[in-house]
Amino acid sequence: MSEVTNRRTNQRLPAKTKIALNATLVLIALTFVFIVVLLPLIVVLYEASQEGWAAYVAAITDSDAKSAIRLTLLVAAIAVPVNMIFGICAAWLVTKHDFRGKDWLVAFIEIPFSVSPVVSGLVFILLFGAHGWFGPWLQAHDIEIIFAVPGIVLATVFVTLPFVARQIIPLMHAQGRAAEEAALSLGASGWQTFWHVTLPDIRWALLYGVLLSLARAMGEFGAVSVVSGHIRGETNTLPLHVEVLYNDYNFVAAFAVASLLAGLALVTLVLKSLLEWRHGNELKAQNNS
Amino acid sequence: MTIEVREISRTFQAHVALDAVSLKIEDGDFVALLGPSGSGKTTLLRVIAGLEYADVGRVYFADIDVTNKPVQDRGIGFVFQNYALFRHMTVAKNIAFGLNMLGRNRRPDAKAIEQRVTELLDLVQLAGLGPRYPNQLSGGQRQRVALARALARDPKILLLDEPFGALDAKVRRELRLALRAIHERLKITTIFVTHDQEEAFALADHVAILHNGKIEQFDTPSRIQQSPNSEFVQAFLA
Amino acid sequence: MSFPLAAKPHRRRRTALPGFGLTLGITLFWLALIVVIPLCAVVIRSTGGGWEHFVAVGFSPRAMAAYRVTFVSALIATSINAFFGLIIAWVLIRIKFPGRRLLSAAIDLPFALPTAVAGIALTALYANTGWIGAHLEPMGIQIAYHPSGIVVALIFIGLPFIVRSVEPVLADLDRTLEEAAATLGANRWQIFAYVIFPAILPALLTGFALALARCVGEYGSVIFIAGNMPKISEIAPLLIITSLEQYDYPGASAIAVVMLVISFSILIALNLIQGGWRRRMGDS
Repeated sequence: MSEVTNRRTNQRLPAKTKIALNATLVLIALTFVFIVVLLPLIVVLYEASQEGWAAYVAAITDSDAKSAIRLTLLVAAIAVPVNMIFGICAAWLVTKHDFRGKDWLVAFIEIPFSVSPVVSGLVFILLFGAHGWFGPWLQAHDIEIIFAVPGIVLATVFVTLPFVARQIIPLMHAQGRAAEEAALSLGASGWQTFWHVTLPDIRWALLYGVLLSLARAMGEFGAVSVVSGHIRGETNTLPLHVEVLYNDYNFVAAFAVASLLAGLALVTLVLKSLLEWRHGNELKAQNNS
Repeated sequence: MTIEVREISRTFQAHVALDAVSLKIEDGDFVALLGPSGSGKTTLLRVIAGLEYADVGRVYFADIDVTNKPVQDRGIGFVFQNYALFRHMTVAKNIAFGLNMLGRNRRPDAKAIEQRVTELLDLVQLAGLGPRYPNQLSGGQRQRVALARALARDPKILLLDEPFGALDAKVRRELRLALRAIHERLKITTIFVTHDQEEAFALADHVAILHNGKIEQFDTPSRIQQSPNSEFVQAFLA
Repeated sequence: MSFPLAAKPHRRRRTALPGFGLTLGITLFWLALIVVIPLCAVVIRSTGGGWEHFVAVGFSPRAMAAYRVTFVSALIATSINAFFGLIIAWVLIRIKFPGRRLLSAAIDLPFALPTAVAGIALTALYANTGWIGAHLEPMGIQIAYHPSGIVVALIFIGLPFIVRSVEPVLADLDRTLEEAAATLGANRWQIFAYVIFPAILPALLTGFALALARCVGEYGSVIFIAGNMPKISEIAPLLIITSLEQYDYPGASAIAVVMLVISFSILIALNLIQGGWRRRMGDS
């Protein structure tokens, strides 16, 4: 789509007015984004550095912080692959087959997106908490889910469920079924078709979805806060550790750990932009044939 | 290989695509399924291929009932309207795909596959274009690759769904001749779908004219022109 | 008609592409396990104490105040975002300037940043000693630990939804329509008002609804900066946690159910509006 050049739109407005108008809009946009989005980021780095480098390093390497990092990575390592597989299954089901209730299925997949994080945690307390449906059974068998790692994993799985599916379903829908039908007509089995034909066509969108769900899995706060019990060194993920430090008035340490998460967010943004830049046309549900 | 369909019906939600269609095609015949859009010709082709399943009716290849056989096992070659080439594979890999997917005990060795690919590229007059990618080819070239790919496994039946629809007139004519020449050489039972009457009559040994899910007339082009058997056929030919 | 679970040679098959049974099984199983059963638990638990308890907690004065605070803050924040988000989307798509790529990447930060980090950062920024709060305090404007802090946090959270919803539609706009309007004598503002804006309005509404739904449920970025004072700056999610801490499961569930109903209503309304627009404009 070609941009209409200045020379053509000048016919509607004198050149100087148009430039002034554009400049004003750009200024408004930049100022707004700077204040709303960038300043918070800068504040994190500033506050984290308030007591110098040594304090910063101490805060991010102390044993509680290390446990938090380990737990965060563990939870992500479980939640992301599992929901990726789910996303692929759901996408294959929805885009390569026709059946009644397909729209309902897609709507159900979207539910975790529209549910408050606190509710996402609440649901698992209601199931597995001490007074939950399975609470007594779990206690009798000495299994801990709430206030322990499994609960955190479950809450994170709930919250990140739709990410990969959302990314690849529109794309696969736009790509249609002809390639798969061609592969079948050439004798390929279902698995061969998926592996050799479908997967290469969606790999960048898949990566994109995995990236987004990874960022969310590591940064999730509300849902995990409800199920975790905030036990230091055991059931605190990085975001929860930030909260614990902050509530202890240990501000510098809180911001130091927060800066780790902020750094992670920046890396996510960079990778995201790279993917969009290099493979943008393979991510969007347009022009795929 | 002879093809026979008996009393095939297929309805999509409210629309009757095929209405108790029966057809018998002799071995080595070149048949055109001709008709306006919505007449059911593509649906019939896809039912024969196994890409669609009929609600009622049976499909026979050489007197064997293949109605419930999955498309992978029917031994057909299918050429799609929009080529459906695998974008991430080279031309050579596209053509070799069917052979590469064979089980270990049936798959020819790499050398044999390479040879077959070269053979097929020669057949469709694209010698040397093996290493290219589909997006580096013109529309006509892509369609030739699709044809070569469909023929790689030596299918007994070749099915084409409006194969020249997306191409300009000159390329269409070249490909028509190429298709006819290939048919002469390989003597393979061929069915192709088109809405272009000139194309159907120029290429095919026998033409089936479809309308509203039924076959109005199935005969040689000259006999259809001499004695159209219904008002619709008459109007269609005009 | 029942669907066969695997390719059985003698059964009538309906779909040519394989894998239906397997993927249906996995998808339904996972959805049931992770989404459906847990949500059913909420709904059922909320009725645990009987209808009176549901109403007593779910619609108590404190809860009603929490819904009001939550919803009104979300509405204000999203409206502000709608205005500025539209400008930002316009600037990103229609104006070439140095740093455009950076600006676009920055928009996604609220998506990527963990809400707890946003929460403490915004609090530090808008507290009376903060970089922005210090300037506002002499003017008598308090943000941190006040209801207005909630609005500020929600502006941060909701911005990307608006921008990302409007951008693609703006980018795909048919320029020849604008040129046609110009040849018919329309000036710049008329073209925007009568040609461009109506075309992007559905996308704007979509972004608005998505942002609103997200803001209504937001927790992490709000609890640090809000005062969390009951009836004044207490948001509904916090009330759920308070109920949980008192082991009032039915009560917590009641509030959760009310919140779910609100969220789903927003999304259903969105779907209806989108459907209406599509019918009117013929979905071209």
